[in-house]
Amino acid sequence: MIRFLIKGMLRDHHRSLFPIIVVAFGVLLTTIVYSFIDGDMNDLIDSNARFDTGHLKITTRAYDNLASQMPNDLALTGLEKLMQSLNNEYPGYDWTARIKFVGLLDMPDENGETKAQNPVFGLAVDLFSKRSNEKERLNLGKSIVRGKVPEKPGEILISDELAKKMDTDIGHSVTLLSTNSSGAMAVQNFIVCGTVRFGITVMDRGAMITDLSDMQYALDMPNGAGEILGFNKSKFYLPADAEKIRINFNSKFINSDDQFSPIMLTLGDQNGLSEYLQYAYLIGFLIVGIFLLAMSIVLLNTGLMSGIRRYGEVGVRLALGEAKDRIYKSILYESIFIGITGSVIGTALGLAITWYLQEYGIDISETLRNSSIMMPNLIRAKISFTSFYIGFIPGLLATTIGTTFSGIQIFKRQTASLFKELEV
Amino acid sequence: MIDSKIIEVNNLIKDYSMGKQFFRALNGVNLSVNTGDFCGLVGPSGSGKTTLLNIIGALDNPTGGDAIVMDKSVNSLNHKEAAKLRNESIGFIFQTYNLLPVYTVFENVEFPLLLLKKNKTEREESVMRALEWVGLTDKANSKPNQLSGGESQRVAVARAMVKIPRIVLADEPTANLDAANSHNILKTMQRLNLELKTTFIFATHDEKVIGYLRRKVMLNDGKVIDDINLS
Ligand SMILES: Nc1ncnc2c1ncn2[C@@H]1O[C@H](COP(=O)(O)OP(=O)(O)OP(=O)(O)O)[C@@H](O)[C@H]1O
Ligand SMILES: [Mg+2]
Repeated sequence: MIRFLIKGMLRDHHRSLFPIIVVAFGVLLTTIVYSFIDGDMNDLIDSNARFDTGHLKITTRAYDNLASQMPNDLALTGLEKLMQSLNNEYPGYDWTARIKFVGLLDMPDENGETKAQNPVFGLAVDLFSKRSNEKERLNLGKSIVRGKVPEKPGEILISDELAKKMDTDIGHSVTLLSTNSSGAMAVQNFIVCGTVRFGITVMDRGAMITDLSDMQYALDMPNGAGEILGFNKSKFYLPADAEKIRINFNSKFINSDDQFSPIMLTLGDQNGLSEYLQYAYLIGFLIVGIFLLAMSIVLLNTGLMSGIRRYGEVGVRLALGEAKDRIYKSILYESIFIGITGSVIGTALGLAITWYLQEYGIDISETLRNSSIMMPNLIRAKISFTSFYIGFIPGLLATTIGTTFSGIQIFKRQTASLFKELEV
Repeated sequence: MIDSKIIEVNNLIKDYSMGKQFFRALNGVNLSVNTGDFCGLVGPSGSGKTTLLNIIGALDNPTGGDAIVMDKSVNSLNHKEAAKLRNESIGFIFQTYNLLPVYTVFENVEFPLLLLKKNKTEREESVMRALEWVGLTDKANSKPNQLSGGESQRVAVARAMVKIPRIVLADEPTANLDAANSHNILKTMQRLNLELKTTFIFATHDEKVIGYLRRKVMLNDGKVIDDINLS
């Protein structure tokens, strides 16, 4: 009997092929769209973490309050001790100090007169100590446009765009004018050893990368830093884990009213990233919801249409003595089969296309070499799993919902009028 | 078994409600049919022929009175039991053939046997035998849309007969057929009636059908007005 019904279904393309195509297409779109949102989200979180927020960040309460102004007069002090205790207590994270600063970058001519001047945003990171992973983290090697990564103190990288604007070249000397930790004017000369492009607008507009100790010296912040970032050694942001450490760390300073006592923030606490995460999920669910609805309507329609087309068949089956619930069940099973088949095909195609597009994306970053968007393979596997889940359930749901409604008419059918209906 | 009662209809009343009013389609029908009868319900349009077949076929419930079909009161059957009775004991032939278009002739005829959960060899034998009865073994693999009207109705007869039901109910089976095909179908059914002792009940006003009947039950205005033995 089941074979008989499957045979009928497969032969009747309106019942099988068409709905399977609809489901597969819907699932395909859902999968791709979701993977893109997910991938985009990961990219954004990833670059935010690497360039700005870390997975965890420690700064002072005062600094945090005015964080957007990068108030280095309110920065952390006693850096070495703090770093040591962090490394001891939270060994799962890689801790590293950074200084963010703003200033003017001045390029003198041969006579020492200003030739060009431009506002600059600066990031001082640990470039030279053995334990530091900052070069890899910021992807400096691959982001170089001209020149090379700093090899000794006093060398800096500036964004390629800025270099062009200021007509600077490799080997030129530039002067940074900024404010030091006591609020006084800081002046420091550097050598431009390379230009970079990260593929991140904020950085590429006008950034300079210096070594941490250079800036500690320049801004008069011995043993100090604006912030300490913590990166989970797995390279993944694990919100629950980060939150646990944040609570643990902050509890030690809970009773202090010192504005300079340290405070820890998770990635989600910063830059509205947790809102962004929620927003992205919302968009994802919205898109999936819209597809689900659209698919349901299309399939309901198909169901109703095939219900009309199969009116005679259902009538004959009833007359021949098949019970209504059995007919209904067989039609439901049919739709489950279609839902599963369509979803599997759609998911498979969706993953294949997503995978292809990801590969393609990586190819682009390979050719550009400077793109910061470097998705680790492991994250991709995670996307695949979500994509699978995301497309499959709505695909199956839409078909069965469609059939559940369109099939109800079988129960409404009066056997009493079968003779008359089958006469026409 | 010959002459034993297979259908007994007692004072059957069927009202169709039409809004607040109702229309009495059957008004106290009494009828008994013996095993092996080849009888027709004959009467003008609207006299209640189809309504009576419906009730005998357990497709509809009477308003009053009762129909006993193979010792079962159709009043007492629920949906499932009615389906079971139809499945096991009753074959239907419709004016329009109502074959399932996606299935072959063979599969259409096979369908009632699948509902009866017969095994494969049994099904194959029965289907080929039924196709032989109607002379369509060579069309076993055709699709309904490749058949003529006469052939389609012969497939419908094969489908009704394949499980060798005790009763076959046929509502205007020749209405869509030309004379030659009508006679062909009727001869086939007559032969099966004689060979298999299947009870046939027709609803018809076709003179060609009436010519084959052994018993003519005349209906008018929901009542049996005459019952003529023609054999
Ligand atoms: N569902 C229904 N609702 C209301 N009235 C009905 C219904 N079915 C049948 N009738 C009425 O009952 C009467 C008997 O109908 P029935 O179909 O049994 O007639 P019939 O003898 O088969 O006629 P025909 O030869 O035209 O097929 C008719 O007057 C018809 O209008
Ligand atoms: Mg009729």
